Amino acid sequence: MAYTVTTRTRAGRIAGVIALFLIALALILPAFASRSLIQDLFFILTMLTLAQLWNLIAGFGGMVSVGQQAFVGIGAYAMFGGVILMGWDPIPAILIGGLAAFLLAIPMAYFAFRLAGAYFAIGTWVIAEVARLLIAQWKTLGGGTGTSLPREATSDIIGVEAIANLFGLRDAAARDVLAYWLALALAVGTMAAIYALLRSRTGLALAAVRDNDNAARSVGVNAARVKWLVFLAAAAMTGLVGALIYVQTARISPDAAFSVTTWTAYVIFIAVIGGIGRLEGPILGVLVFWGLQTAFADYGSWYLLALGCLAIATMLFAPSGLWGLIHDRTGIALFPVQRRLILEGAIDG
Amino acid sequence: MIWLDVLVQGILLGGLYALFAAGLSLVFGIMRLVNLAHGDLIIFAAFAILLITGSTGLNPFLAALLAAPLMFAAGWALQRFVLNRVLGKDILPPLLVTFGLSVALQNGMLEAFSADSQRLTAGPLESASIDLGPVTVGTLPLLTFASAVLVIFALNRIFYTTGLGRAFRAVSDDPTTASLMGINPKSVFAIATGLAMVIVTIAALYLGMRSNFDPSIGPARLLYAFQAVIIGGLGSLWGTLAGGAIIGVAQTFGAQLNPEWQILAGHIAFLIVLLIRPRGLFPRAVD
Repeated sequence: MAYTVTTRTRAGRIAGVIALFLIALALILPAFASRSLIQDLFFILTMLTLAQLWNLIAGFGGMVSVGQQAFVGIGAYAMFGGVILMGWDPIPAILIGGLAAFLLAIPMAYFAFRLAGAYFAIGTWVIAEVARLLIAQWKTLGGGTGTSLPREATSDIIGVEAIANLFGLRDAAARDVLAYWLALALAVGTMAAIYALLRSRTGLALAAVRDNDNAARSVGVNAARVKWLVFLAAAAMTGLVGALIYVQTARISPDAAFSVTTWTAYVIFIAVIGGIGRLEGPILGVLVFWGLQTAFADYGSWYLLALGCLAIATMLFAPSGLWGLIHDRTGIALFPVQRRLILEGAIDG
Repeated sequence: MIWLDVLVQGILLGGLYALFAAGLSLVFGIMRLVNLAHGDLIIFAAFAILLITGSTGLNPFLAALLAAPLMFAAGWALQRFVLNRVLGKDILPPLLVTFGLSVALQNGMLEAFSADSQRLTAGPLESASIDLGPVTVGTLPLLTFASAVLVIFALNRIFYTTGLGRAFRAVSDDPTTASLMGINPKSVFAIATGLAMVIVTIAALYLGMRSNFDPSIGPARLLYAFQAVIIGGLGSLWGTLAGGAIIGVAQTFGAQLNPEWQILAGHIAFLIVLLIRPRGLFPRAVD
């Protein structure tokens, strides 16, 4: 019987059209949105990107990293280094951040891949601590107390003046718009790349390695290569996001830039609550997280206590997260990556 | 003779790290579970001892004796009602549950006990020392090391000479077959985690008497414990003691060179061992 294998669904096509419309809307949003909305969206988009990247390596790749703060931190510090030591403009300096995170990921992967099963997680955490302690020794970039981007560097970032003129904004607000656009580009680019990867042969290989390393190798998948590839790519992207976040913050310290709570715990909670191993998960998760953050962040440690408990409850009672619940009820997948067999004559659903 | 002194201090500090590590190693050995909240549970136990000393006026050793059964019960319940539900082939759910627990515990302790540094007061023992010829060592560090040796000795006895130990080894090898022989793996897991929490209480006792503690320092203790386990080689409890000693010596030497390098030196020693001997110094388990 003739058949085809496809990942396409009708819901997927509709979601694709809506996604394009939303991206177009997001692009022109600064023309009429308030500055605080733009800042909120910057936060949402950067956390979304971090959560998608963690979801890629942990949810799709089975590599549960608790050391993502290493890439955010090193990316941010490399950007600061580019600006302060080499006099670069902060925007191109973001690229140095991505490169630095990529370079740090090589030894991290080398060491952490040697560790059995779940010990991988703590291994990544150790490397992140080493990176934090080393950076804290770097006195030119403020040592343990940190430093700020020099005023000259933040006052004439490329493109800010053009944006200020275009929308009739002051410089500070125009900087927010520029950062927001870059965050949008990173978020859309990351998600498109992950989606394309998962639908490719490499994506199938990645899922096979996650589900059964030995079985995957026995059918010819180069497991080590796939893991390295995905881990390094996710690290470089995480570094870019970290650098961008700190262009916006303009003030850095080792404890903040390498914070396990902000850059790993929050990111994991977003993916867990939304749904691990699904592209839709972090999108839903980041909206829930932003809502909780806005409503309860003032409660400080009570808030974090509740967030920790919420993550535990999700893993116990709904391990596939909020989107998993929706998917189980309705069968909808906005970004379908599951291969389905379509027999000839059957109707594409 | 300063370096000899530093060496001895480091080895004795390693006893404390071996105590941190023994519980982690026990739980991993039996159910392949890495408890990311292990360090926070140590701090939790330290606060439990502190509360008991504060309310009853007992000395910390007796307070730990009271805290141990409570911690056993807490560990048993944690395993029975939470962790057993997420154990399985997939390593992700238990990792994420224990990570959530770590964040929840840290912040719960912050609310309950504030961020202030605390200490268990041990009276004259804190400053007592013993003259061993070329070096003089503190009684407390020596006691810590001796306790670590005793704990590891006792664990090995339990593992290889008791019925409970046989059940531990059986469910570690193959829970399904063990359950055919009348062992309930889930209740064995619960007892193992309870036992790990008793060791955590002992670790907390010496941690609290040796230095200040506050709710935020748990994760660093987890990292030391983990490093001792990996350096020692999975499945080897005596190896864990050697691993703890290596981290301890690296830290005291690092601190001697520059106080800021103490923690970093321990991490780097760990990475060097991982580079040269990826399976640790005395590997026993295959996985």
